[in-house]
Amino acid sequence: MRPSLQVDENGRLKHFLSTEGLSAPILTQILDTAESFVGVGERAVKKVPLLRGKTIVNLFFEPSTRTRTTFELAAKRLSADLLTINIAASSASKGESLLDTLRNLESMHCDMFVVRHPESGAAHFIAQHAAPHVSVLNAGDGRHAHPTQALLDMFTIRRLRGDFTRLRVAIVGDILHSRVARSEIHALTTLGAAEIRVVAPRTLVPAQVEGLGVRVFHDMQSGLKDVDVIVMLRLQKERMQGGLLPSEHEYFRFYGLTRERLALARPDALVMHPGPLNRGVEIASDVADGPSSVILQQVGYGIAVRMAVMSIILGSHAAGTAGGAH
Amino acid sequence: MRLTVRGGRVVDPASGIDRVADLHVAKGRVVGLGDLPEGFTADRVVDAAGLVVCPGLVDLRARLREPGLETKTTIAQETRAAAAGGITTLCCPPDTEPVVDTRAVVELIHQRAARAGMARVEVVGALTQGLQGQRLAEMGGLQKAGCVGVGNASQPVTSTEVMRLAMQYAATFGLTVFLEPQDPWLSAGRNAHDGAMATRLGLSGAPECAETVALARDLLLVEATGVRAHFGHLSTARGVQMVAEAQARGLPVSADVGVHHLYLTDADLSGFDARCHVSPPLRTGADRGGLRAGVARGVLGAVTSDHQPHEVDAKQNPFGATDVGISGLETLLPLVLRLVAEGVTDLSGALAAVTSGPARILGLDRGTLAPGRVADLCVFDPEARWLVTEESLVSRGHNTPFLGWEMKGRVVCTLLAGRVVFERPPAPGR
Repeated sequence: MRPSLQVDENGRLKHFLSTEGLSAPILTQILDTAESFVGVGERAVKKVPLLRGKTIVNLFFEPSTRTRTTFELAAKRLSADLLTINIAASSASKGESLLDTLRNLESMHCDMFVVRHPESGAAHFIAQHAAPHVSVLNAGDGRHAHPTQALLDMFTIRRLRGDFTRLRVAIVGDILHSRVARSEIHALTTLGAAEIRVVAPRTLVPAQVEGLGVRVFHDMQSGLKDVDVIVMLRLQKERMQGGLLPSEHEYFRFYGLTRERLALARPDALVMHPGPLNRGVEIASDVADGPSSVILQQVGYGIAVRMAVMSIILGSHAAGTAGGAH
Repeated sequence: MRLTVRGGRVVDPASGIDRVADLHVAKGRVVGLGDLPEGFTADRVVDAAGLVVCPGLVDLRARLREPGLETKTTIAQETRAAAAGGITTLCCPPDTEPVVDTRAVVELIHQRAARAGMARVEVVGALTQGLQGQRLAEMGGLQKAGCVGVGNASQPVTSTEVMRLAMQYAATFGLTVFLEPQDPWLSAGRNAHDGAMATRLGLSGAPECAETVALARDLLLVEATGVRAHFGHLSTARGVQMVAEAQARGLPVSADVGVHHLYLTDADLSGFDARCHVSPPLRTGADRGGLRAGVARGVLGAVTSDHQPHEVDAKQNPFGATDVGISGLETLLPLVLRLVAEGVTDLSGALAAVTSGPARILGLDRGTLAPGRVADLCVFDPEARWLVTEESLVSRGHNTPFLGWEMKGRVVCTLLAGRVVFERPPAPGR
């Protein structure tokens, strides 16, 4: 990932496509800004006027409920005008090309596209081809990246643990197909985590993943030992059909997070999950609902983090154009 | 028309000739090298001082998109591009629309090529009907219609029994089978090499064994059936090694590599560069090294353009949704010459991989300048530097990652059966 596509010539965030290639100061700026937005949702009037007059378009090329709604709430709480388009059921099925869809929306003078797409690199492609006044925020592209999810996890960890440099983090499950795992690995690396582990059967570990700076474990006993944070990934049911795993039952038996396995980690370990949960497949209910779990806090922080990214991008962009033609 | 190419460095890998000499052409054939044949007076003289004169290039695999995909380009347009690239014989795979599984399609391609008159177009016929991998194509009839061999293009023949029978049947007619070894289960839907870059970009990866498993099966079937087989566009060092071992065992097998695999690796996918989306995928630096060594040692008897021209839209999508392939006719020669500059092989070896080598694989009496042979010639300036730009390309396909590369070596003149089919106007100041 060339950082130049995400960051403009003044070092400001222009698009948010991946946690890879962004500096620690930029990631920290997002987390700090999110901190200031956490209280907004708790007020009687849950709105700040920061993005009044800006138009944000949610472009969802694959189904999503949780991510889409948190982006919608984030935009609304920033007072932006918002449009959500589910393309899977719209233009694409009529044969319109992705670029034509973009051009049409651009001509309506939108300021930001929030993009979810099943192809890796889709947000990158859209950012490369978007008009100069449009910013792109990646809400998940294929297996590649889901940077706001990673940052809301970083936000959660930082709130509860304060610092990354002493942390051992284990990411458990379907690393191969996980854009969350990739984005978290890059974010944790940049923020200075002491150790990042991935734990999965060999069929769910992508080739040469060690090259991303992680240690690979194939069993929970050694993988979870003494870790401070456990990130459980969702296991899609399709994985059984593809021959990657024999059954959900066997997966839970060897890789499900149970109370017994949680006890291998440090006593104050955090349990996280990007959702939606498969109870009894990757995580036992008593762990998901237990005292170590911060899964619901993650969801709440997701709105603040998405508000932060939107306001930083559109704020810097507004500042950039103020000195320009207008 | 009598013609003399005067004063060029004549390099003919097939005969081992490499010296400055005049080359004389009459009635479409080479009639003499050096001394003027008795009674010969040239109607035209091509001044080749400082230039290299070699056989016209033979390109084993080039998609011309006709019939069926004329929105991408046409035979007329792409054979013009071939002439501009010094290529005088092109061989196209059977995956046109309709597929080349009937005499009519072979004849149509030959007619269109003859009408354009810019290059010879050879056709590989289908191995199975509709390339479906189920019923054998009418290979005998396709041979009669002029096909140089049979193959299944990029479509798999998943049934081992169908493949065995297809090979036996092809062997009955002495046909060469042209195979592209890729295991369908290990390659379908995967668009990058299964390595660090695919992991980083979140692309689904085809592992090395996608090639070697298919190659192993087909090599054993070749051994069982005795058919002559050619393996197209190898992408792995291990694949080269397997072909070398088969050749050492005396199996009648040859192989080639697409020229881009000699320069690019999966690292070039960085930033989701869809121009590097090819099949088989670009692999590691070690694979590139193994492929280069394969060319140097002659295990890979040909280097091909693997020309796949596309309209602009075909590459305007997220990486995995783009069409595969590179438009390569006009960069084949300079990229092969670059192998000399980079010390992989000498000039004769490099030119052999695009002239006599592929001609031998096709069983054609071309790719050499021996007296009596057809005068298909390429005259190029080995020192000319040029920048690959969209404007510099004659092909309608501008889909190449070599845009922006500075090339050394440029075609000045191309002769097809003694007729000038391409001549580059002299650059100002030259």
